[in-house]
Amino acid sequence: MTLDEMKPGNECRVVKVDVEGVAGQRLLDMGFIPGTLISIIRNAPLMDPIDIRVKGYMLALRRSEARGVEVTPL
Amino acid sequence: MTGSSSQIIVALAGQPNSGKSTIFNSLTGARQHVANYPGITVEKKMGTYRFDGRKTVVVDLPGTYSLTSYTQEERVSRDFLLHEKPAAVVDVVDASNLERNLYLVFQLAEMGIPMALALNMMDVAQQRGLKIDTNALSQQVGMPVVPTIGNRGKGINELRQAVDQISKDGGAPQSSLRLDYGTALEPVLARLEKSLSEDVTLATRYSLRWLALKLMENDSEAGRLVREHAANTGDILSSVARERELFHSEQGQTAEQAIAISRYQIAGEIVGRCVKREKEERRTLTDRIDQVVCNRAAGPIFLGGVLFFLYYLTMTIGGEHVAPWAWKYWAMLRDVIAGILPAEGLIRSLILTGIVDGVFAIMNYLPIFLILFLLIAILEDSGYMARVAFIMDRVLRAFGLHGQSTLPMILGGVVVGGCAIPGVMATRAMKDQKARMTTIMIVPLMNCMAKVPLYVLLVSIFFEEHQAIMLWFMSLITLGVALIVASVLSLTILKREESEPFILEMPPYHLPTITGVIRRAVERTWLFVKKVITIIVAVAIVVWVFITFPGLSKERTAYYDGQVNTATETFMKKIGEDNPYAKLLAGTGLKEFGQFWDRYKKKKMGIKGKDAKEALKEKFSRENPEFFKIVNKGKGLDGKKDKHAKKVYAAYKKLDKKLKRLDTARRKETVHVSFAGRFGRFLEPVSQWAGFDWKTNIALASSFAAKENLVATLGTIYSVGEGPSGATLASAMAEDTAETWTPLHALALMLFVALFPPCIATLIMVRVETGSTKWMLFAATYPIILGFIIATMVFQGGHLFGLTAIQTMISLSLLTFAILAVTYFAGERSVLKKQLSS
Ligand SMILES: Nc1nc2c(ncn2[C@@H]2O[C@H](COP(=O)(O)OP(=O)(O)OP(=O)(O)O)[C@@H](O)[C@H]2O)c(=O)[nH]1
Ligand SMILES: [Mg+2]
Repeated sequence: MTLDEMKPGNECRVVKVDVEGVAGQRLLDMGFIPGTLISIIRNAPLMDPIDIRVKGYMLALRRSEARGVEVTPL
Repeated sequence: MTGSSSQIIVALAGQPNSGKSTIFNSLTGARQHVANYPGITVEKKMGTYRFDGRKTVVVDLPGTYSLTSYTQEERVSRDFLLHEKPAAVVDVVDASNLERNLYLVFQLAEMGIPMALALNMMDVAQQRGLKIDTNALSQQVGMPVVPTIGNRGKGINELRQAVDQISKDGGAPQSSLRLDYGTALEPVLARLEKSLSEDVTLATRYSLRWLALKLMENDSEAGRLVREHAANTGDILSSVARERELFHSEQGQTAEQAIAISRYQIAGEIVGRCVKREKEERRTLTDRIDQVVCNRAAGPIFLGGVLFFLYYLTMTIGGEHVAPWAWKYWAMLRDVIAGILPAEGLIRSLILTGIVDGVFAIMNYLPIFLILFLLIAILEDSGYMARVAFIMDRVLRAFGLHGQSTLPMILGGVVVGGCAIPGVMATRAMKDQKARMTTIMIVPLMNCMAKVPLYVLLVSIFFEEHQAIMLWFMSLITLGVALIVASVLSLTILKREESEPFILEMPPYHLPTITGVIRRAVERTWLFVKKVITIIVAVAIVVWVFITFPGLSKERTAYYDGQVNTATETFMKKIGEDNPYAKLLAGTGLKEFGQFWDRYKKKKMGIKGKDAKEALKEKFSRENPEFFKIVNKGKGLDGKKDKHAKKVYAAYKKLDKKLKRLDTARRKETVHVSFAGRFGRFLEPVSQWAGFDWKTNIALASSFAAKENLVATLGTIYSVGEGPSGATLASAMAEDTAETWTPLHALALMLFVALFPPCIATLIMVRVETGSTKWMLFAATYPIILGFIIATMVFQGGHLFGLTAIQTMISLSLLTFAILAVTYFAGERSVLKKQLSS
């Protein structure tokens, strides 16, 4: 399952980040490493981007980026 | 300079929005932009302070989450640390977000520069129930840790002390922190380090462990360093490539992934040891605010409300209350200047109508600007702007823009009244290069404050009954056209620009600090004032010269002089030689009297109330009782009537009218034959397609330098005498254009101005922000073509179908929105295509 398929109000853990280049590096830098807990907080009014909590801070990212993050729902 | 004890350089690094600029300002007393929005500082900024008799140069680096070489900010920060060799680095760490911040701490430490941590935002951490054991943390990371609260100046002196300690004579030990990257990677790093150490240049310049790590991360800049400095470049780089491949195939993950994972693991361990959560985290205030403000239904409504209030407050408080109050003082200042200048002649007309009126016409907006920028700064510092980007991203992305394009567009004047210069500057916080370029190109199409006076002028003459609606139409159409342009640009010439992932941190809300807000607003307003002072003055002079010279031919001058003489003679004859006042008005006396007359009339118009009038009369009577009797229709101050004086009054009144008419005719003819007039007429054959006559052409050409000139130049051309105040210009234009201009003319002109190229000051800013002259030229030319096409379309189309201006406007809006819909779906498709391919 990938992060963009998660529904607001749910939590999941990162399995793997499968994104090349800048976006991949950025996600690593922001703490998307295997085992990281992610809570999906909300969708933007037009469903995209999504707002999540990771490592104690809030982050907005587009679904196109979220698609590259493989997760297991909790 | 590392070794010198008299001056040292200290770098401030840290993650975005951790409070570096706030700490920088507290340390040095400087005024860096501060906002609750990640990525405000993009270039490095310097400041100084003295501690213990030693001068310390502080460099505020841009915030970065990491130190790769993917983004501009990371490269700027890293290059500074690598090549300028500061004596120490202070990493400003967000205490409420320690784990992610430690990730950067490790990378800085690996560069081998003496280091201290400023553990900032301690108040936020405390609020969240986090208790941080700073001593333990200091031990874990092997460097001094100073708790600070940047916006309250807490811990600043302790920080200075810590910096002093670690940079003492450059002999301080570097951080004792050494990360363990695990059994798979450490041997590789050791091998690489060894082969790197064989190269003397590299070994003396850089921390080899750092370089080895960067090479394993496949960092392009590290590769470049090796290529530039190492003797056996080929060997090193090929062995790096081999090791990376081997690692990937054996470990099932890339080296950069493994490195990031190790860093976060160790960061997590350190946080576990040093941070205690004293209370379970309840829902914070930020969460609760976001629940409303980012809500699917309420969020957009709230945003609409915020924008409405932004403009409403600006226009009512600024426009209706503060501005008129300020105008009084501007007017007084103008009178003072007018008083100092010689009574007539070229110099007076140049300085007064050319420069002073030009500058003051714009200074009138100052209070409005200040209030608009204050309100925007409050929004920025509260943290709301990141939410605006979150809400708007999906819509704007379809047009090739970005959620973060919203702020620049608001500054530029989405609805009405802004300035493109701060708008273009605000694009700096955008990381997505493609969206950023697109935004820079369209911000000047917004309705900046300078376009508004022309709208107001024309709307009040030609659309008296529909003023408000017309202004709304203007902002809607410009927004529509801007979005279309953005879409077209991003799908065509900007297609290849680098695009960045949208990964935006949402900072917690906090109360804006008063000083921060004021600083920012004043700074943006100051940018505008600087532009006024420099560019407008220059342009005013040029326009004035072009309008005044080469002047009338000898014959025409003689003709006008002759007319004036005849009129004067008639006047003298009328009052008769035996009139006791005749002698008084002979020769230069007449001129003196003329000035007396004008001054009295002007003063009298400006006052109300019986007492004030009496006082005025007394004053003028004291100055010259004879003259006064004439201007007072033959009555002296004592009320005695003098029929001779009355006769002179009646005759002079006629003469005055005649002279003023001659003067206006002379001025008009001067403009007509001037360089500017010739230029305007030269363009007339083309511009008439859009309904612009030669006078309009001159005004448009002058507004290229600064839009504010437009109304001022029209004022000069329509000869409203000194000081084109709105009302008189409107009546002069209405009179002059009554036969030739239709509302359609006005509409075409308004649309052209709306899209007209950015003023020179904005173009300079575009040059600075894009770093390219080519883009600047593009930004200058495409709006002329676009504006001309639309103006022509409106003017010709309106005529062809026999539409009224309002009908034309409605048709144009419909057309705009039809095209907008098409571009939206085109953009949508390309977004989807991208998503599918990724
Ligand atoms: N509560 C609290 N707020 C702080 C503190 N220090 C700074 N701030 C606020 O945090 C926000 C960010 O501060 P900046 O100084 O702009 O941060 P920066 O690190 O320079 O940010 P970038 O230039 O974007 O990387 C501002 O709104 C500051 O007023 C602090 O110790 N406590
Ligand atoms: Mg900053």
